[in-house]
Amino acid sequence: MSDTSSVIEFRKVTKRFGDVVAVAGNDLAVRAGEFMSILGPSGCGKTTSLRMMAGFEQPSSGEVFIRGENVTGVPAYRRPVNMVFQHYALFPHLSVADNVSYGLRQRNPKPSKAEIDRAVDGALAMVRLEGYGKRRSYELSGGQQQRVALARALINRPAVLLLDEPLAALDRKLRRDMQIELQNLQRDVGITFLLVTHDQEEALSMSGRVCVMREGRIVQTGSPRELYDQPVNRYVADFVGKTNFFAGPSPAEVLSIRPEQIEIATSLSALPEGLMARLPVRVLNRIFLGEHTEYVVVSEKLGEFMVMAPRKSERDAGVYDIGDMIAAGWRAEAERILPNT
Amino acid sequence: MTTTPRPKLVTALLLAPAGLFFVFLLLAPLAVVLLFSFGERAPAGGYVPAFTLQNYMDLPARGKAFFNTLTLAPFGTLLTALFAFPMAYFLAVKTSPGWRVALLILVMAPFWTSQLLRYYAWMMILGNKGIPGWLATLGIADVRIINTPWAVLIGAVYGFLPLMVPPIYVSLEKLDKRLLEASADLGATPIRTFLQVTLPLALPGVATGSMLVFILLMGDYILPQFLGGGKVFFIGNALVDLFLQSRNWPFGAAVSVALVAIMFVTIYVYMRFVLSKSGTRRAALV
Repeated sequence: MSDTSSVIEFRKVTKRFGDVVAVAGNDLAVRAGEFMSILGPSGCGKTTSLRMMAGFEQPSSGEVFIRGENVTGVPAYRRPVNMVFQHYALFPHLSVADNVSYGLRQRNPKPSKAEIDRAVDGALAMVRLEGYGKRRSYELSGGQQQRVALARALINRPAVLLLDEPLAALDRKLRRDMQIELQNLQRDVGITFLLVTHDQEEALSMSGRVCVMREGRIVQTGSPRELYDQPVNRYVADFVGKTNFFAGPSPAEVLSIRPEQIEIATSLSALPEGLMARLPVRVLNRIFLGEHTEYVVVSEKLGEFMVMAPRKSERDAGVYDIGDMIAAGWRAEAERILPNT
Repeated sequence: MTTTPRPKLVTALLLAPAGLFFVFLLLAPLAVVLLFSFGERAPAGGYVPAFTLQNYMDLPARGKAFFNTLTLAPFGTLLTALFAFPMAYFLAVKTSPGWRVALLILVMAPFWTSQLLRYYAWMMILGNKGIPGWLATLGIADVRIINTPWAVLIGAVYGFLPLMVPPIYVSLEKLDKRLLEASADLGATPIRTFLQVTLPLALPGVATGSMLVFILLMGDYILPQFLGGGKVFFIGNALVDLFLQSRNWPFGAAVSVALVAIMFVTIYVYMRFVLSKSGTRRAALV
């Protein structure tokens, strides 16, 4: 039997398309009630994984479990999961209310009209679209369509809500709003969310756990903080947040130092005590980011690297100009030796 | 982006060819027909000016032609759509892109030979030495197909399939396959997905094809002439008879006006129905 606390489980799941291995023997467990993300660049197998959970694709080998039940080979229409598609896939010939009630109307026995109406009103209220039931989907803005897609899926109370790059089609400002809204929604309804994205910021900001994929394999699964602070290799460190890589003790290893862990000062003597590395550097570039300023500096010994200076330290020491000779250094614990893979 | 308004003269010139065509070859002849329909037959045949509604009162005399046309044209259109839909579905959904063009050309192939030739061939196939003859050798005797409504329907399906398949194909081909996945994801069985998503979204194509076929079938006279053999005759056959044989132009004109009026109302009602069902924007229909 499967672990009862996981709502969806992959066991050695592989998916091949001809000669291409899209998903390579992955084990993955999504826990009940959590907000999990699968993060990776396009072509890493994250969407294929999602589609195998929804039932649109079947694994070439391995097994898929939903709520402890082996659903390998079960078609999409008999799985208790629902999906929010990348471009929403709302039915253009149906009103918003008929889109939202679509899942309920497929049930056997079909709920009464009064029950359906009540559920639709509730679902539309949940995504703050009260009174939009009679509209057509193409009359709505992108953000509203997104919320209809959410209501259409959540009304069925799925075991897991699968979200395929749900925010990719929205503009930046709306994306931030929807990130917060999705998190709140997930907390309110208590349904497990599994989100697929290539946007690391999206994955880190919204989810409790993130699964990083690369070329069909799961590289690391953990909380955003774990991935950021204890990446298992160079790939994860690079993909999750910004970092500087320097030559490691052996060719198979690299030294990673996060830019915000590097201190800068006007001179070597002005750097704080207790640093293990102290270098004279020259400022190559400066990008103002509001609460932070990102500097690119170059040292004779280590070459170019990035420094993230918080506004506070700049107030003390002033803003450095391109070409200035300054000093940089870091503490021993900032250094992280990682496998060079 | 802003566009500068086009000068009025240019607009007028651009619209002129189509406008003139419309006025002189469609509206003017219609007006003449309407005028004639209130006139009287000259003693030797033809038209003399008058104002009488007698021609319209006489319409029931051609009731059989109206009845045949108004039953067999819609039924023939429906049958053609029923045959065309699976073909279009197969082409658009199940066929690899490489085969599609070849198969679509095969669908259109009958158009490369003359219509008369094709109906002659069907006369042979449906005639007593054709299919009924073969059935007789199998012991099923006395089957009559030629000169029955069924022969006309078979001819209609065969003849108009090439007009019905392409519009349905186009609407199925541009159907977003993710909508089918969304439907399955929400728990709809494949059959329900077909009925609730595929079919309504293909409806504009079915409507376009049906209009083409229905209009041509309503006005057809060769098909009933050949395969109905004078027993199953349409309004078209009645018109040929009235204008060319009995030379009762005013009555023929009244029959024509009635035909145009019926077509107009039918198409209007049908299109309203389809638009309300498919929910596509008007512009997407054409």
